Amino acid sequence: MRKFFTLWSREIAVYFRSPAAYVILFFFLLLTGFNFWFVLNAMNRSPSGVSVIEAYFNTVFFWFGFVLPFPLITMRLFAEEYKLGTIEPLMTAPVRDVQVLLAKYLSAVFFYAMLWLPSLLYFVVFQWQTRLQAAPAAGSYLGAYAMLLLIGLFYLAIGCLASALTRNQVVAAIISFAGISLLFYWGFYSRLFPNVSPFLRDLTDYLSPIQHMALFSQGLFDTRPVVLYLSCTALVLFLTFQVFQYRRWKV
Amino acid sequence: MIKVENLTKRYGGVTAVDGISFHVGKGEIVGFLGPNGAGKSTTMRMLSCYLPPTSGRAEIAGFDVFRNSLKARERIGYMPENVPLYNDMRVFEYLKYRAALKGVRGRRMKERVGDVMDLCALRDVERKLVGNLSKGYRQRVGLADAMVHEPDLLILDEPTIGLDPNQIRQVRELIRNLGRHHTILLSTHILPEVEMTCSRVMIINRGRIEAADAPENLRARLRTAGDVRIEVRAPDLEKAKAALLEVPGVLSAASTEEDGWGVFALGIEAGTDPREAIWNLAVSRRWAVRELSRTRVTLEDVFAEVTHPDE
Ligand SMILES: Nc1ncnc2c1ncn2[C@@H]1O[C@H](COP(=O)(O)OP(=O)(O)OP(=O)(O)O)[C@@H](O)[C@H]1O
Ligand SMILES: [Mg+2]
Repeated sequence: MRKFFTLWSREIAVYFRSPAAYVILFFFLLLTGFNFWFVLNAMNRSPSGVSVIEAYFNTVFFWFGFVLPFPLITMRLFAEEYKLGTIEPLMTAPVRDVQVLLAKYLSAVFFYAMLWLPSLLYFVVFQWQTRLQAAPAAGSYLGAYAMLLLIGLFYLAIGCLASALTRNQVVAAIISFAGISLLFYWGFYSRLFPNVSPFLRDLTDYLSPIQHMALFSQGLFDTRPVVLYLSCTALVLFLTFQVFQYRRWKV
Repeated sequence: MIKVENLTKRYGGVTAVDGISFHVGKGEIVGFLGPNGAGKSTTMRMLSCYLPPTSGRAEIAGFDVFRNSLKARERIGYMPENVPLYNDMRVFEYLKYRAALKGVRGRRMKERVGDVMDLCALRDVERKLVGNLSKGYRQRVGLADAMVHEPDLLILDEPTIGLDPNQIRQVRELIRNLGRHHTILLSTHILPEVEMTCSRVMIINRGRIEAADAPENLRARLRTAGDVRIEVRAPDLEKAKAALLEVPGVLSAASTEEDGWGVFALGIEAGTDPREAIWNLAVSRRWAVRELSRTRVTLEDVFAEVTHPDE
């Protein structure tokens, strides 16, 4: 456990030491801030029944900005160690492979949380300034941020897997970006073809993160997506573990 | 301390290490020699639990490197070839991190990190970023890292490559001192270094151990046991050469002339020393002698002989 903590804190330190991390943080803040402004503007112009929270997590800008950071957060994790050869001193120290994998993964989760934390402030400021409710009930907050975390856990695991596959960070970023985009925009595909069978449409809707987000940000809980994301995360992490060990045996 | 039996490593179709077996006892300093691509680094990577063997076994302090890898790793200090390090950390920070990873903590960590920084002369760069260090200093950080948890066994892959002559001397000195408490396995391409530091040498070629012994025994075993050089003033160099060739133990003679002196390089049969006979010959023929010396076999000759570079 102590070794895990040592590994984990180093991984986090690496994030906050690299200028790239601040660039990501800055642009992400810009994007989410713009999204917030956009949402309020749109709601001012044409009032509708949706809450601020619901609107915020269901715009094009949210969809766009949400997917971008994952490859950037995770591409470094393994690929850089392979490239620099530091994987060799790391794995010849008495640490378990699982410890290394989880330390890397959870440091990415931590950074992801740091990325989204400031967005809470928007709603706090909003309520304080306008004395209006951003959401009808606490369930909306909880739902939206729980879904943010659930999808995040899964996509970060995918990024981890991509990084473990290659020694080239750019390749890792491309793989994870392709994979994550495919999964995230899943629900759109059936809309592209008007003649798909209702079954296929239901299936893609059931698996669509955009649908999940729409539901949860209304404060509507459903255990099925929770189970889906948690089990997918576990599966992808397990795959990553296998790939990592295989790499270690081959390199 | 190290027990290796039939260790083999294949990369796809290439056999990098081919069924080697050897033992290293506690307190030995063993030098690993071999041409490029011989399999030194591969062997060391298997011993340090980084690569699994394709077949065969290796034990470190009684722990199998594959099945009991964590226990084995706790006892090894390994410095990889080219010393990969985290460039974004400061020297003292890196050593502290490595110490913590290896289970050294609390007050002992402070002591150990201080000790290894003193031993490897890293005090003046302790606050520098590892990425900004010169190659020699990186090398020393790698060495300090290998020693920080006081392992029983040090595995050092080319520890002196890229160091300046003063640093090489210091590192050799350090290795010799460490040898009092640690077992050391090191690889190098600098042959005199092996003679200076190692109690035993293993020469590996194309994945097989070709020779393993103390450096002086290896030299003694070599077939061509070195040359004798003699410089004489004789009336007729051709006749002198013929006479020298008759001395028992002299196999060949090559002569040149240098301002009136005949310079002979004589090939000598292994295990013989005909210098006395040569001297007597010169005295009986009344030649003036200004040099009579024997060139020693160096480890370099042994290395060349064993690894057949010209084949
Ligand atoms: N990851 C790898 N994949 C394929 N072949 C490899 C790999 N690593 C090493 N080899 C091959 O294994 C053989 C032994 O390599 P090794 O690095 O052990 O040599 P070495 O004795 O350390 O050489 P050097 O003196 O150049 O450091 C070489 O033929 C090399 O090409
Ligand atoms: Mg090597």
